[in-house]
Amino acid sequence: MERVVLIRYGEIYLKGQNRPYFERVLYDNIRKALAEFPGIRVTRAQGRFYAENYKDEAAVLQALQKVFGLVSVSPAYKVGKDFETLFEYSKKIMTDQLSLLQGREILTFKVESRRSDKKYPMNSMEINREMGGRLLEAVPGLKVDVHHPDVVLNIEIRESGYLYHEILPCAGGMPVGTSGKAVLLLSGGIDSPVAGYMIAKRGVALSAVHFHSFPYTSDRSREKVIDLCRILTRYCGAIRLHVVPFTRIQQELYKKCPDSQLTVLMRCYMMKIAEAVARSEEAAALVTGESIGQVASQTMDSLAVTNAAVSMPVFRPLIGFDKVDIVTVSKKIETYETSILPYEDCCTVFTPRHPVTHPRLEKILESEKRINGEELIQEAVANIEVIGIRPGRNRF
Amino acid sequence: MEQIYLDYAATTPVVPEVAETVTDCLKKDFGNPSSMHRLGIRAEKRIRKAREQVSRLLQVEPEEIIFTSGGTESNNMAILGTAYDKRRRGKHCITTAIEHPSVLNCFAHLEKMGYEVTYLPVDQKGVISLESLQNALREDTILVSIMHVNNEVGSIEPVQQVASLLDQCKNRPVFHVDGIQSFGKLPLYPKGWGIDLVSLSGHKIHAPKGIGALYRRKGVRIQPILFGGGQQGGIRSGTENITGIVGMGTGADWIAERHAENDRYLYELKEALVSGIRRDFPDVVINGDPENSAPHILNVSFPGAKGEVLLHTLEEEEVYVSTGSACSSREKKISHVLKALGLNDRTADGSIRISLSYLTTPEEIASFLPILSRSVQRVREYTRR
Repeated sequence: MERVVLIRYGEIYLKGQNRPYFERVLYDNIRKALAEFPGIRVTRAQGRFYAENYKDEAAVLQALQKVFGLVSVSPAYKVGKDFETLFEYSKKIMTDQLSLLQGREILTFKVESRRSDKKYPMNSMEINREMGGRLLEAVPGLKVDVHHPDVVLNIEIRESGYLYHEILPCAGGMPVGTSGKAVLLLSGGIDSPVAGYMIAKRGVALSAVHFHSFPYTSDRSREKVIDLCRILTRYCGAIRLHVVPFTRIQQELYKKCPDSQLTVLMRCYMMKIAEAVARSEEAAALVTGESIGQVASQTMDSLAVTNAAVSMPVFRPLIGFDKVDIVTVSKKIETYETSILPYEDCCTVFTPRHPVTHPRLEKILESEKRINGEELIQEAVANIEVIGIRPGRNRF
Repeated sequence: MEQIYLDYAATTPVVPEVAETVTDCLKKDFGNPSSMHRLGIRAEKRIRKAREQVSRLLQVEPEEIIFTSGGTESNNMAILGTAYDKRRRGKHCITTAIEHPSVLNCFAHLEKMGYEVTYLPVDQKGVISLESLQNALREDTILVSIMHVNNEVGSIEPVQQVASLLDQCKNRPVFHVDGIQSFGKLPLYPKGWGIDLVSLSGHKIHAPKGIGALYRRKGVRIQPILFGGGQQGGIRSGTENITGIVGMGTGADWIAERHAENDRYLYELKEALVSGIRRDFPDVVINGDPENSAPHILNVSFPGAKGEVLLHTLEEEEVYVSTGSACSSREKKISHVLKALGLNDRTADGSIRISLSYLTTPEEIASFLPILSRSVQRVREYTRR
């Protein structure tokens, strides 16, 4: 007997000739997500994966539930196929489930079996019937209910027998890396990690860009962004974080441009720098956490201006989200607690008292001419600090 | 570039003398002081010696020192332990608006438990008035807790006079003093002055973090807040942190020696610092009491320069200072101390705390001053229009 995890993935996008490629990427992603469990074995067979040889099952399941492209997982017993062995473990599962009942005395169940081993002496209907009957005899307190059972006991007969009663949903989506790469603008707030999560879910690998305005922001805010990336890697795999020294551009803008335009101008330069990073990272798009009207710089007019600063596509997965909905996702993906740590980020430095909410592109382009943008961008890009962040619990 | 550390009110590095005794103790004397055998006795002797070293600095009896896990625990033990012990006599306590969070939050807890607390205001120098204390005192006042030196601005509270004032009360309340910032830097003689309880911390006097002490005058009763094996007379259960205790004892000796050598040393450094800053920035605001304050703490505001930005600008040059107190600088709000002093937001926002120790040298102050001037100018260049 052995404990294993059955790992299922979707099939919709696997049709056609790309299937082996998707499966290979998914397999690699699973391996990386489980890298922190020494000795664990991941194998592929008959349209699913198996994880074996681990100690902390709950942690393995949690890690797998975060891998994009997986549909569900089931912790299972892997046992011999002969009926008596299957019965012994079926009895164990049902007895365990019964002992979890508190106050109630009857547990309803049904048996659902599948066999890919067509040489097996019984067909699945016969297994269901026989196992159900034997269990009713052997375990007092059980009752059959084929419509709304408390427990569905699954029996699969393949090269071995597999028994399980739980099917835990996974994150869904597509294997990260199968849809190319994008650069995420990561401020440290609540929205951007959620935006990154959503794009990665569609199979896009991420690099991140963070703008650092030392001494106006502290190294604590930099550490915070590293922590956010580390949480995101549980879903998105490794992330290369680009920390961009942004102070000089902000100071130049502050000195030479109209106060009310500072935020929009600053965001234009962030986009331009992110685009430069994307080109060097061979990424094909930018990702931001903007949503219409959330702040002055996210009105449609402001978005139009910052959009015009670059030629690459800009994905804004949160564009139609309310803040509360964004918060809900950020709590689910566990970035919220880190996002709300109260360190200044570069966006709050030099915030104008009365920012323009409806900037006109001509005027912004006019203002941009007042500083030596090209040179400042080059200088910032040249001094980027790249931090490679990998999944795994080892934080130090 | 040589690092210049000027944040000694936040914490101090362990000096070599302390590190040596601590290492020696770690290596040789691992015994449990409560054990019956000779290893236990050796450990106990180590503790006894440390107790003597700490008590000598306060001019009190060694038996009056209780070792704790640090200043926070000492304050909790003194305040909660007294409030609980005297609960039948009364439920009124007095403290000040500028105490450390480990004092204020004890009183906030007591308020939830049905106690009444009066928070004495301070003047713009950061000092309470004896008159307002006199007015606040009631028959059912059981505890007065006043810090000796404020950690953010360095103001000195008149604890000796407070003690004499309390002596005139019919039902004399217990008097607790948070002495964490003054210990080793200013005279503090609880026995002579009439103070019942004094909180002390190890890592402010070059001992390791995680060790502190409470002076409890003989005959003053407090209830324990930790329960267990009855160590330290049942007042503070738990196997003693012997290495920490040994470190604190050595730290007390170390600082006593420096003080005895030249008790004006820190004042001289601070005067050089203040006159240097005033020369470069005539508009600097010295928060707290410029004439009479702790020798090692200077809190200044450069209007128009945000303290936090200034701190990071200095950090770039390997100079380390603080804004307000280290505990509050992570929270995005104006410090309760600066608010109590009546500073406007702009001045409070522009404040940094520079704090010294006997390790600070005149040369460091001399190299610090031009860096500070440069940094303030740089920060002011981009001040809000």
